[in-house]
Amino acid sequence: MNRLNQLFNSKKDNLLSIYFTAGYPEINTTVDIAEALEKAGVDFLEIGFPYSDPVADGPTIQHSSEIALENGMNLHLLFEQLAELRKRVTIPVLLMGYVNPMVQYGVENFCKKAAEIGIDGVIVPDLPMYEYETLYAGHFKTNNLSNIFLVTPQTSDDRISKIDGLSNSFIYLLSSSSITGGNLQVSVNIEDYYKRIKAMRLNNPAIIGFGISDNKSFNKATEYARGAIVGSAFVKLLGTENYLDKIPEFIQSIRPS
Amino acid sequence: MNYGVNEHGYYGDFGGAYIPEMLYPNVEELRQQYLAIINDAGFKAEFDNLLKDYVGRPSPLYHAKRYSEKYGANIFFKREDLNHTGSHKINNAIGQILLAKRLGKKRIIAETGAGQHGVATATVCALMGIECVVYMGEIDMARQAPNVSRMKMLGAKVVPATSGSKTLKDATNEALRDWIGNPVDTHYIIGSVVGPYPYPDMVARFQSIISAETKKQLLEKTGSDLPQYIMACVGGGSNAMGMFYHFLDDESVKLVAVEAAGKGVNSGHSAATTFLGREGVLHGSRTILMQTDDGQVVEPYSVSAGLDYPGIGPQHAHLYKVKRAQYVSITDDEAMQAGLLCSQLEGIIPAIETAHALAQLEKMQFKKDDNVVVCISGRGDKDLDTYIKYFNF
Repeated sequence: MNRLNQLFNSKKDNLLSIYFTAGYPEINTTVDIAEALEKAGVDFLEIGFPYSDPVADGPTIQHSSEIALENGMNLHLLFEQLAELRKRVTIPVLLMGYVNPMVQYGVENFCKKAAEIGIDGVIVPDLPMYEYETLYAGHFKTNNLSNIFLVTPQTSDDRISKIDGLSNSFIYLLSSSSITGGNLQVSVNIEDYYKRIKAMRLNNPAIIGFGISDNKSFNKATEYARGAIVGSAFVKLLGTENYLDKIPEFIQSIRPS
Repeated sequence: MNYGVNEHGYYGDFGGAYIPEMLYPNVEELRQQYLAIINDAGFKAEFDNLLKDYVGRPSPLYHAKRYSEKYGANIFFKREDLNHTGSHKINNAIGQILLAKRLGKKRIIAETGAGQHGVATATVCALMGIECVVYMGEIDMARQAPNVSRMKMLGAKVVPATSGSKTLKDATNEALRDWIGNPVDTHYIIGSVVGPYPYPDMVARFQSIISAETKKQLLEKTGSDLPQYIMACVGGGSNAMGMFYHFLDDESVKLVAVEAAGKGVNSGHSAATTFLGREGVLHGSRTILMQTDDGQVVEPYSVSAGLDYPGIGPQHAHLYKVKRAQYVSITDDEAMQAGLLCSQLEGIIPAIETAHALAQLEKMQFKKDDNVVVCISGRGDKDLDTYIKYFNF
C-alpha cells in the first residue's frame, strides 16, 4: 500500500491536489513549491515533467513547459532535484508528463528511479492501455507505482470497468473532453456522467481534474468525486512575483479551511 | 516479410495509437469502421467516380525522354502534379471526406505545412458543403501565403498555430487539441501517413491509387508491371507510401525514399529523419523522430515546407528498419537545381518537395534497360517565389 492508498483510506472527501510544471518559473524551486503546497494543506501533488509537444495541454501549461525546457529542465535533473523530496514532503506525489521523454529515459529506469525517491504514481496521458499492459505494467508493479488513467464523458462503461481493473489508487475523471485550462461546465449531461460513474461503484475513487480553477468549481467537483485537481490556475500563480509567499492564500481561495 | 499493419496498429516495432483518453472515442470509432466503409461497394464507386471526374485520374505515367537520355535509363514520371489542386494530397482528402460523411461528421479540421493538404481539404469541404478549419503554423502561413489565400477563397477558416516552433508539428498539435475539444461532430483529416492507428493505414490505402495505376500503366508501356526502381520524396511520407504500396511485396522492385537534408545532414538545419532521428513517440505513433537525448522533439528545417517534419510515418520507419526501402537525403541546393533542370529539360516545374526525389537521380547507378518511376508529387506553382529568389530570375 503506497501513500495514495493510505490517503484515500484515511480521508474521505474534499481532497485537493495541485499540479505544477517542474522547472517553471525557475529551475531550482521544484521541491520548494512542493513543500509550500504541503504546508498550505494540499493533500497530494502532481509534478509535471515538461515536453515540447504537449497535445493535451492548453496555453497556460504549454507556456510553462516551454519556459521549463528553456530553463534546462529534463528528467535527469528532475530526479536529482527530487532526491531530497522525502526529507521535506510527506504527502503523496505523482509525476505527470508525456510518454516520449519516459521512453527515451527508459521506462524501466524511470520507474526504478521514481520509486527510489518516493514517488507514488505516474500520469501519462498519451500512454494507452494496450501499450501499458503489454509493455510497461510489470515495471510499474515491481516498483509499487500507481498508473493513473483518465476517463472522459465519452469513455464507455466497458472501458471504465477495464480502467478500474487496471488501477490501484484513483481514476482521473475529466470534467469534459478538453485540454487543460478550460472552465468546468456543469450541464445536465455532465451531471448524468458523474451519476453514471457513481452508479458503477468502481473499486477506485474518482478525482476530477481539468477546468477546476476556483472555490466554486472545486465545490462542484467534490459534490461528485472524492477530490479535485487544480493545474492551470496554479501554474498561472507561479507566473507572478513572490509566488512562494502567495501559495497559502491561493489554497485557501480554492478550499477554505 | 509482412509490410502491412497488424490488428493493434503496428508495423513491426512501429505504429500503435499513443493518444490521450480524450481522443480515444474518435480514434476507436475510426478503427472499428474504416475498413468496412472503404471496402463498401457504394463508397468505392463514389470514391472512384470523384477521382476520375473531379481529380482527373488516372494521372499520366509519362516517359520522360530527355531525362531518360540524361540518366541512361527509362525514366517515367507519375504525374500527381496534374491532379486537381496540384498534388497527390487530394486523393486522401477525397477519401477521408467521404468517410467523414458516412460517420455523420459535420465539421472538418486539418493541419497543413506547405498548404497543399490544407488546400485539398478546403477543396473537398467546399465540394461537400462541410465546415472546414485548417491549422497552419504562423511561420508557414507567411512563407506559403498563396495557399492561405486559396484556402480562404475555398471557404475554409485558417487558424495560425502560434505555439512551439509555429510550423507543421505545431499545427498538428493544435488540430489534435481542437479534436479533443470537439469529440463528437468533428473529423480530423490528417494529411500524411502519420498519427495514431488507423490513420497511417487509412491514408496509405487512399494514396495507394498511385501505385495501382502505375502498375497498369507500366504493363502497357513496358510489357511488365514491375519497374526496377521506384523513387519518391518523404516528409511524413504519404506520396511515397502511395507510390510504394502495391510494390511492397514485389521484392525485386527497389524502393528509394528521399528525405530533405536541408542545409546538410550535419548542419543543424535538416529534416533527414532517418539519419538524425531515433525511435520514439510522435503525434500518436511509435516511429523514428528527430529529438534531443531527453526526448524533446527537435524542430527540423528544409527549404520545402512539405518535407519540414521531424518524423516519418510508422510504416516508413518499419520499411527503413527492415531495409525494404532505401532512405537517402538531398540538400536544399541539390533540390533547387533539380527543380530547375526538370523545368528546362521536361517543361515541368515541380514542387520543391518533388525536386528532392528528382535530385536523387543524379546519385543513382542505373543500367540502360532499367525502368525507373519517380513520383511527381506536386507542381511548383506554390514555390515560384522560392525559386525566383533562389535563382534571381
